[in-house]
Formats: sequence, structure tokens, C-alpha cells
Amino acid sequence: MNIIQQISTFVENRPGAFQEILQVIQANNINIKALSIADTADFGILRFIVTNPDNLGQVLRESGFIVKRTPVLAITIGDKPGNLLTYVNKLSESDINIEYVYAFTTAVENVAKVVMKVDDVERAISTLTNDKEIKECLQANDDVDFYW
Amino acid sequence: MYWNNHIEKLDREAMTELQSNSLKSLVERVYTQVPSYRQKFQAAGLLPEDIQGIGDIGKLPFTTKQDLRDNYPYGLFALPMSEIVRIHASSGTTGKPTVVGYTKRDLNMWAEVMARALTAVGVTNKSFIQNAYGYGLFTGALGVHYGAELVGGSLIPTSVGNTARQITLMKDFGTSVLACTPSYALHIAETMREEGVDCRDLPLSVGIFGAEPWSEQMRLEIERQLDIKAYDIYGLSEIIGPGVACECTAQDGMHINEDHFYPEIINPVTGEILPDGEQGELVITTLTKEGLPLIRYRTRDLTVLNRETCTCGRTLVRMNKVMGRSDDMLIIGGVNVFPSQVESVLLDLGMAPHYQLVVERIDNLDKLTILVEITEEVFTDEVRGLETLEYKLQKKMSELLGISSKVKLVSNKTIERSEGKAKRVIDKRKI
Repeated sequence: MNIIQQISTFVENRPGAFQEILQVIQANNINIKALSIADTADFGILRFIVTNPDNLGQVLRESGFIVKRTPVLAITIGDKPGNLLTYVNKLSESDINIEYVYAFTTAVENVAKVVMKVDDVERAISTLTNDKEIKECLQANDDVDFYW
Repeated sequence: MYWNNHIEKLDREAMTELQSNSLKSLVERVYTQVPSYRQKFQAAGLLPEDIQGIGDIGKLPFTTKQDLRDNYPYGLFALPMSEIVRIHASSGTTGKPTVVGYTKRDLNMWAEVMARALTAVGVTNKSFIQNAYGYGLFTGALGVHYGAELVGGSLIPTSVGNTARQITLMKDFGTSVLACTPSYALHIAETMREEGVDCRDLPLSVGIFGAEPWSEQMRLEIERQLDIKAYDIYGLSEIIGPGVACECTAQDGMHINEDHFYPEIINPVTGEILPDGEQGELVITTLTKEGLPLIRYRTRDLTVLNRETCTCGRTLVRMNKVMGRSDDMLIIGGVNVFPSQVESVLLDLGMAPHYQLVVERIDNLDKLTILVEITEEVFTDEVRGLETLEYKLQKKMSELLGISSKVKLVSNKTIERSEGKAKRVIDKRKI
């Protein structure tokens, strides 16, 4: 579990807008590790996890896109029922608000990888780090690179 | 500091006498030399001797941009082409270009009024003036050019564009005065930030900005971002471009060079002359111009006149910042809406002044959508944050405009910009 930098960008809700951004990313040979789109009627917010977020931020900005860097929690947990709930319980008890989450399971490693944006990332990580129950949910190899 | 101490502080009575004499001679000139004016006067049953002073100006018919187009290119010139030493033209974005010819004396007068303007904002023969108006048919650059040379400052004719080089020259040449459009000034400030240039390290202290309307909030924004005093200068290509009027260091209205340009404020619908202090359309009579004299020219610019003596000591009548154009004015659901109002809301909320109004008529009802470019300063990765921003903008717009509107955030740099002038309004209504 650690804090990583997510790159987000503004995208209009119209045909071709997503494509334009992906073309820039492809042209710069950047591999996307995780991606989520939040959508509204007018616009969307694209959120990227990549190995080198500063590079992606710079590439997008140079192509004229609006960019924001946000620290998010990157968690690797055992792929078991109730494990994610344990995390959420701890955060709720500490009155930490979760703004959004996106998650994936990977069959090969038998783990789930979760990206979580909370209102107080520093407090969240210290709350979770010292907790006994959380340790049980953690995959033994939680220290492995989050980036798949 | 005054460039022309006598004229700039002339008392009202002497100014009226000067204007009256100029007007009589102007009417005589256009009547005898410009057939189109003669026909207009005759149609109104007017003879030159009916105009005995400036008080009679209301008897004269208006001149409009359409008159200039109808007489394209040289039909309204009052002297033979052998006397014309320079020809300028407007961009012609809304039809045929309007063509203006200048005699030698016209150009001297233009340099004189520009010298007054520059002196009023603190330019001296020790100043370094970077002229980032576009050189060419457009009048902005050459107006500043000859005015600055007359004052005796060191003029740097960079023209518009190549912003990185503009900033380099500012540093290397020690630019103290910047002249350009206000939107280009903001663009320069943005570029400085991108390049990590701190404006406080530059000797730049004064900006003289014009050629497009800009709000008081935009002034504060430019002054903050460039750490300068920003002054408004007014003009229009049909008259002389910049130099018709300019602010002094009091920043309390632009002094009109009324010995050359006689201003009136009219109701744009009825044509009736309005008293000082009331907002209406500015009408200008070029009292002394020789090449293309214009009688009661309808500028379409909306402003207010103030004849009180300024704290700077000048008696020249002042006009407020232009609050919009009578032909840019939108009537949406019966309410008058000016794009400049939208701009002031955006600047108040820390947004960039990049926006577009789209008006549609759906089920016989006018709908206004305001497209606003997102900026990195206000962008957030949370939907809630952006929706709150849209809502806040929408609420502010409704309060100020007096009609409801929908605000839609769009990607940055997607609203079309032409050189210094953005396309602010798209009216899709078929009425």
C-alpha cells in the first residue's frame, strides 16, 4: 500500500474527444496501467495510472490538455470476499471520506488492485498501515510494484 | 505631464468655440467636395450655413459603416488621391473592408493625439516602448509607432505574435511600456508563467491596451499578472485607430481629444442625443480630418460621457470604458445581454476570459448557453468539483444577466480566437 500520483485530464463528452487524448499517449509510447472515466452530460474526467506520471502530465500539457496530478492510495489486497470492506470500514471509522475508487482483480497473482481517492491521503495511509485486520487482508507480497 | 498643455487644459468656452469653427469649416468642405455628403444634406434640406456652431450638430445626418461600404473604396474621400499619403483598411470580417485615407496633416494629427495619450500614461523620451500591435493594414501598430517616436521614446516594433521572442526582447531591451490588445497582454503573462519568467524581474511598468473592449476586472487581472499599471486607449479604424481617447494616470475614464473628435452619446434605437452621464452609443465627428472626414459617425460602441475636470487637470471630456457594442448586444428573451458582462463574472471567479455565447430558440423560447473554457487553476479530478463550478458560474451569470442560462465547460483553447479578437457570440435563432 502506498501513495502514488494519478494524472487526470478534462475531456469533452463528444465523439472523438477520448480518441484525441489516447492518440497523444500512444504517439509518446506511454503504457497505461489503469484508467477510469467519470462522466457527466457535458464532460468527463479521465484518470490515468502510469509508471511515470510526470512524463504523462508533461506530454498531455504540451498537447494543450488540462492536467492535474493527484495523490491517491494504491492498494494491493488478497482477492477474497470482504477484504475491500475491511479497508472501507477502517476509513469510515476514522471519518475519512472516499471520493472515488476503481479496482481490478488479476487472476494470475490472485490479488485485487485498488486505486482510492480519499479526502486526506496522509491520514488514510497512517490509519491503514498500523492496523492488525488490514495486515490480514494484505497479500504477502504487497510491496510488489503496484504497476501491474 | 501634458503633451499639449494648452489644448488638454482648455476651458470649456474656448473649446466650444474651437469646435464650432472646426465644424463649420468641415461642413463646408464635405458639402463642396464629397457628392455623397452633399446629397445627404440636400435630402435633409440642409445647407452649410445652417450649421452655425457645435450646438447645431444634431441637425446633421449620421454616417454609418454601411455608407463607407457603399462608397468603397474611395468614394467618401474629400481630397484627390494625390493628397492621400497612406491607406488603411479594416479586416472586413462583417462585410467589405472599410478604407481610410490619410493626408500628411492627418498623420501629423494622429501622431499628436497619440503623443498626448502616451504622455498621459507616463511615457517619456526615456521610455522603451514595445509595440506588439499587429503592423499592417490594421491601424493599431502605426498609431502607437508614430506617437511614440514623436514623444521621443525608444520604439521597439515587434508586432504581434512570437510570444517567446516578445518576452526575450522585453528582458534584453529593457522594455518599460507594452502596447498591444488586452487579450494579448494576458497571453504574454500566461506564456511568462509557462516559461518561468517572473515579471517583477522586468523593468516593465506601464501597459497601454486597446482595440477590443475589456472589463475593469480584466484590468486588475493584467495589472496583477504583469505587475504594471494598465491603461485603456480607445479608437476605431474608421476614425484613426488608437488615439481618439486615452486614460491618464487617474484611470478614471478616457480623455477624448475633442479638439479633433467631437463626441456625442445617442440612444442607439431612436438616434436622440442623450445628456452626459447616460449610457448610449458613441457618435464621433472628425472635426479636422482631411482625407476621410466623417460626420456624426456611429461607432456602435456603448459608453458614457463625463465633462467634469479630471484630477489630472485635463479638461478634455472623458468617456468610460466601452461597455459593449450596440450591435453586439444580444436581446435574449427580451433582456439586453452584453458579452462583457459574462467576461466580468469569469474574471471574478478566477477563470480565464475565454467564452462564447450560443443563443438558440427552442419551442419559441430563447435559450442561452455559455461555453467556458476550463483552466488548469480550476480543474479538479472530482466530478463534484467541476459540477459545483458549473453551478456557481450559472448562478452568477443568471444574477448578473437577469436571464437563466446554461454554463457548459469545454476544453481549453477550443474557442476560436482570431488575432486579438475572439468570436464571442453565435446566434442560431432564425427570427
